[in-house]
Amino acid sequence: MTDTVTRNDELIDGIYREGAPITDTKAPGGDIADKWTTRKFEAALVNPANRRKLSVIIVGTGLAGASAGATLGEAGYKVKSFCYQDSPRRAHSIAAQGGINAAKNYKGDGDSVHRLFYDTVKGGDYRSRETNVYRLAEVSADIIDQCVAQGVPFAREYGGLLDNRSFGGVQVSRTFYARGQTGQQLLIGAYQALERQIAAGTVEMFARHEMLELVVVDGKARGIIARDMVTGEVETHLADAVVLASGGYGNVFFLSTNAMGCNVTASWRAHRKGAYFGNPCYTQIHPTCIPQTGEHQSKLTLMSESLRNDGRIWVPKNAEDCDKDPREIGEDDRDYYLERIYPGFGNLVPRDIASRQAKNMCDEGRGVGPAVDGVRRGVYLDFADAIERLGEDAVRSKYGNLFDMYQQITGENPYQVPMRIYPAVHYTMGGLWVDYDLQSSIPGLFVTGEANFSDHGANRLGASALMQGLADGYFVLPNTIRDYLAKGPFTKITEDDPAVAEAVQGVQDRIEKFLSIDGTRSVDSYHKALGKIMWEKCGMERTEEGLREAIEEIRALRTDFWSNVRVLGSAEGLNQSLEKAGRVADFLELGELMCIDALHRNESCGGHFRAESQTEDGEALRHDDEYAYVAAWEWGGDDEAPVLHKEDLVYDFIELKQRSYK
Amino acid sequence: MRISLKIWRQDGPADDGRMVDYRLEEVSEDSSFLEMLDLLNEQLIDKGEEPVAFDSDCREGICGMCGVVINGEAHGPERTTTCQLHMRSFDDGDEIIIEPWRADPFPVIKDLCVDRSSFDRIIQSGGFISANTGSAPDAHATPVPKEDADRAFMAAECIGCGACVAACPNASAMLFMGSKVTHLGELPQGQPEREARVLQMTAQHDLEGFGGCTNLGECSRACPKGIPLNVISQLNADYRRAGYGGRD
Repeated sequence: MTDTVTRNDELIDGIYREGAPITDTKAPGGDIADKWTTRKFEAALVNPANRRKLSVIIVGTGLAGASAGATLGEAGYKVKSFCYQDSPRRAHSIAAQGGINAAKNYKGDGDSVHRLFYDTVKGGDYRSRETNVYRLAEVSADIIDQCVAQGVPFAREYGGLLDNRSFGGVQVSRTFYARGQTGQQLLIGAYQALERQIAAGTVEMFARHEMLELVVVDGKARGIIARDMVTGEVETHLADAVVLASGGYGNVFFLSTNAMGCNVTASWRAHRKGAYFGNPCYTQIHPTCIPQTGEHQSKLTLMSESLRNDGRIWVPKNAEDCDKDPREIGEDDRDYYLERIYPGFGNLVPRDIASRQAKNMCDEGRGVGPAVDGVRRGVYLDFADAIERLGEDAVRSKYGNLFDMYQQITGENPYQVPMRIYPAVHYTMGGLWVDYDLQSSIPGLFVTGEANFSDHGANRLGASALMQGLADGYFVLPNTIRDYLAKGPFTKITEDDPAVAEAVQGVQDRIEKFLSIDGTRSVDSYHKALGKIMWEKCGMERTEEGLREAIEEIRALRTDFWSNVRVLGSAEGLNQSLEKAGRVADFLELGELMCIDALHRNESCGGHFRAESQTEDGEALRHDDEYAYVAAWEWGGDDEAPVLHKEDLVYDFIELKQRSYK
Repeated sequence: MRISLKIWRQDGPADDGRMVDYRLEEVSEDSSFLEMLDLLNEQLIDKGEEPVAFDSDCREGICGMCGVVINGEAHGPERTTTCQLHMRSFDDGDEIIIEPWRADPFPVIKDLCVDRSSFDRIIQSGGFISANTGSAPDAHATPVPKEDADRAFMAAECIGCGACVAACPNASAMLFMGSKVTHLGELPQGQPEREARVLQMTAQHDLEGFGGCTNLGECSRACPKGIPLNVISQLNADYRRAGYGGRD
């Protein structure tokens, strides 16, 4: 499959080439409900005595990485775990607010594995792989059991049983939660399980270490080159298999809800070594974030989507009212645009639609709040009606912590003045391509959690990211990676191996290069410039013209970066500018691939909206006959066009439909 | 806003540190405290001076990576994390003194960055429930009274930032430890290891060089998550019970 490089040399649309399609994803045959059982049975076992001779490197300690590290450590494998933060407990899974889905059907409201499977495929706008999504739904219930056993303090009812809420427009209550800090509690559970294995000696932890290269020997992933961010030392770590659980790439936009350090480097270095990148243009833009206030802004903060249950979204009808105190704008002069355009769903339309309409209002010049770059980018989320209807105390008990957070950040009291919100980049559905075993196109390289592309299609439903991270790490990967490891231990390699030496040299040369350019612009200034291009031209709405411009602009910016960036300090010791330089250099390559992917996919689906492909009512229009495939991109080489491998999406168990929310 | 800054600069773990003066003009009062430092760093880079190293990651108050002492207070004048502190909490013309966490078990790595791996080692010594993946019974097999679950959650909100240690004159980490002992000890799943946990964690705490608690309460006052002092009472009670035989 993936090694058949029958490349068509013809350049398509001037930007990419097409390679052989991917025809086998390694999912077993049979009924969808039996596939996972079959795969677990067919995957080879490793004798417990042999496990300690087999080593696995795991990059990232979020839900997908910490859970995998703990589980493989418990099984007796020799694990090395890496994170760039000072402790594995800080990975950005910790910031997830809402909850985690599981098909427990504790409410008896008709939920089932099949319904969770169906909702996830539909929510992904029919661009995810059926077999993987079904398995995700199948193992979801085990996650809750595991977390409770670890001491995760989920919300409970007075009878002592677990509470559930509904989320993201589905019709059953299947979301387990721990107030607005579900990600934190799940991550602390996985972190503690990981620390337990560190104490037991099965896992060796490397905090403040950043993976800068993948080591591939004889076509197999055999290790990583990492930099100790405290001493500056470039280290070689070799193993029988490598797992990337390094998260998403939303920070390519500079401003996003991601943590400051979130980056694509681990994935991108693997991509350059042969791992295909799946659907890079699928990004999720969340409608309810606190707007940017000025050029100083370093990140955006999400406000839970639940606010849309009671808040009414509006902008002034007339642009001249935009700088007025909103309380002085009369009812007749307000445009409750979601209620106007979507009378059926009103303020509760899906994330992508709510986001795009907010952008449209601001583009029309009717945005509110402070102008950044001459445009006001904000819309009102008004609780005045809810406060009048329910009383301020009731609103406070429902949303108090969110209102406090809003006030902390903006200095405005949302009980008195309407909140201002604006969409922000939040999650990336795309990621490294993996097969049913979560193995990438490089044998021995596995990818889990947000770093892979596999489960969310073109749009992720709320409370599904935590589910996927833990499903992959606790239950899927440990079962599939053993089938690979059972073929090992592989030929012993040493640091003298030419492939290892070359990887080390490449990392050192790159560090040396950053420090020697001695230009005039800071790394952050390039990152911000890239973010602006991506946000304007590869954000909520994409056009052929804009994407073509973006590709040219990114190429020019990248050339300028490599000749004019200023990185002070030395390679020895802690150097945060140097760390950022490496990440931004990779974002500058990824950004171009995202634009190429978005340009080639001339349809709208989920979070990918092409202005050229919409219904008469301005809704996303898919073209299943042409684009019902995963776009898996192979690195073409520096300044070479990437190569597209199509994996056709076959729907045997679910019927494809067009979404409607009128 | 115009701001005068005095910032601790230290090249590496083995170097001597010093306070260095900076001035910043045109700081937006809407910017966060760390965005003010970003601005300073951009200006330093323009001038060819090395930027100030400081830790931060999520910048939304939950990861616990950031934390500096601001005018003598851990995380500064508001009860929140450094990343959630905004410049509107200061006045035009203010002088702001910024130092790293000061405690022997948190050695300085560079400038405002410290090494908090001692916290991880305390968790390694027993801050967990031993439940291998795949071995769990159904989540509803053991109901947990809501009050217990809520108290466990309250204690589990600890973000491991280290402000409690920085604020304590004794550099004690007993609020950090007490929150973990309370989180796991309130739940039925945490009972089998409850006594071993408190003994092992306390031994590790002392080994790392953290001081003892003398009930001053500075830790709880500085805690951005408002973890109450009574988790230390819980820690002491559990320790006493475990130390004097407990169950056998």
